[in-house]
Amino acid sequence: MSLLQTSRRSSAGYADVPAAALPLHFRGVGRAFTDRDQQRQVLQDVDLTVEAGSVVALLGPSGCGKSTLLRAAAGLDTPTSGTVVIGDRPVRGIDDRCAIAFQEPRLLPWRTVRANVALGLPDGTARSEGARLVDELLGLVGLAEHADHRPREISGGMAQRTSLARALARRPGVLLLDEPFGALDALTRMKMQDLLLAVHEASPTTVLLVTHDVDEALQLADRVVVLGRPAGGTAATVSHVVDVPGERPRDRGSVDLARLRGELLESLGVDAHRH
Amino acid sequence: MSDAGLAVVGHGASDGTVAGGRPDPAGGRRRTDPARPAHPVLLLLARIVLPAALLLAWYAATRAGVFSPVQLPSPGSVLDAGRGLVGRGELLTHVHISTQRVLVGFLVGSTIGVALGALVGLSRVADLVLAPTIGALRAVPSLAWVPLLILWLKIGEDSKITLIAIGAMFPVFTTTYLALRHVDAQLVEAARAFGLRGVRLLTTVQLPAVVPAVFSGLRLALAQSWLFLVAAELIASSQGLGFLLIDSQNNGRTDRLLLAIVLLAVLGKLSDAALGVVERWAVRRWA
Repeated sequence: MSLLQTSRRSSAGYADVPAAALPLHFRGVGRAFTDRDQQRQVLQDVDLTVEAGSVVALLGPSGCGKSTLLRAAAGLDTPTSGTVVIGDRPVRGIDDRCAIAFQEPRLLPWRTVRANVALGLPDGTARSEGARLVDELLGLVGLAEHADHRPREISGGMAQRTSLARALARRPGVLLLDEPFGALDALTRMKMQDLLLAVHEASPTTVLLVTHDVDEALQLADRVVVLGRPAGGTAATVSHVVDVPGERPRDRGSVDLARLRGELLESLGVDAHRH
Repeated sequence: MSDAGLAVVGHGASDGTVAGGRPDPAGGRRRTDPARPAHPVLLLLARIVLPAALLLAWYAATRAGVFSPVQLPSPGSVLDAGRGLVGRGELLTHVHISTQRVLVGFLVGSTIGVALGALVGLSRVADLVLAPTIGALRAVPSLAWVPLLILWLKIGEDSKITLIAIGAMFPVFTTTYLALRHVDAQLVEAARAFGLRGVRLLTTVQLPAVVPAVFSGLRLALAQSWLFLVAAELIASSQGLGFLLIDSQNNGRTDRLLLAIVLLAVLGKLSDAALGVVERWAVRRWA
């Protein structure tokens, strides 16, 4: 795959300055929303550790609070109980040790691709150093030739790569991905998954990935965590954890993965034999 | 995306560049569009055909004697009236003082409008405290201020410029305020997630997002300024195009009256076109 090759070639520089991968811990995290005077508990007692440098995928039915958990790690949302800890410091408000890529690219339409990526640079980055890193990241995600285009002039996949590069520009200790490939077509999605693996290989930061795609989770993650509501409960919590064997990139057709796929689908309440 | 929505607002008042002819805020891609319509000369012809036809109809009507010269003087006599006034050195004075009043009033009013719109649009507290009062003031037909302004500021430049500023302020306030309220919340959140706050968030996300809307407000405000200029000059003045209108009416000089109307049309169009140039520059620069 040419995109991947380009990425690999240019990734050496990006890896020169290793981002310090940080562990991410959720300790008894709960979140309730108030909805027309009704308390609605969405998450309860979520205990989860994402080890430094590992990739963890969060799976779960829609509306179960996957994104809420991710937003709590980014400091965009505050849990009603429990704490989120990155490294050895709890998350209080927006945290510059993480970077996030959303399901939508959320690029500034009036800025070029390059300027959008530069938005992710941490405060106090020297101008020349920042420009060098942005150029490197643009090469890494295969957008060097489109650096001066505006977001509306590039495809959805390119926009998502821009969004990923913007997150990487932060050199995050924890990279948070909220269904970043969910809105892409199947082929582009696979390319993006390979790209993410290449990026992770070049600079192995901690990654927490929210997805609703079992195959994507098995392809990318060291560990797959399923969020679900216990029988009779309304709030979701960790219901199933699967450690995925094998080095990445993994063979999409392997028997082991097929077995895990069945197990995960079952934990999501889907009859694996019909799919 | 909301920005795209905002970019389309308020181009009804733009110069005649035809729908879609406006440069895309994203960059000049459309300039090289192979489907570009017709030759520039044809476009120019398309734009002047209606004014030429109106002029011709006017000429024909007066020539055929459909109306008396007091009801509708001929184009030639309007031109003569203009020459006469220029010769006596009056016309330039009228044009000069009117243009000056509009520009000063527009600048003062729109500056206050942008500032107030930004404050109320960005701050929840300001919205709570100020919005109802401003809404009530906006509901007062602006001409209702005239007697009070004359009482307070006397019949001079101050009262006229204040009236024009009031007229210019509200469209700018309303568009700025609403546009800021509707800036894409997802974009703002993304920018916040990347550490942008306060002034930097404002200049990086919110202001660029509202530039097109603010300019449509400014263009409305400019039209309002001319409206309130004439109102102010009709009521109490000794100079300016509004004075020329009322003075000509009192003296039965329909030719001068028509001259003043034509001049208001030309000046209004020219000032709007000039603002359009600034708008295109600003949209290219920021949005």
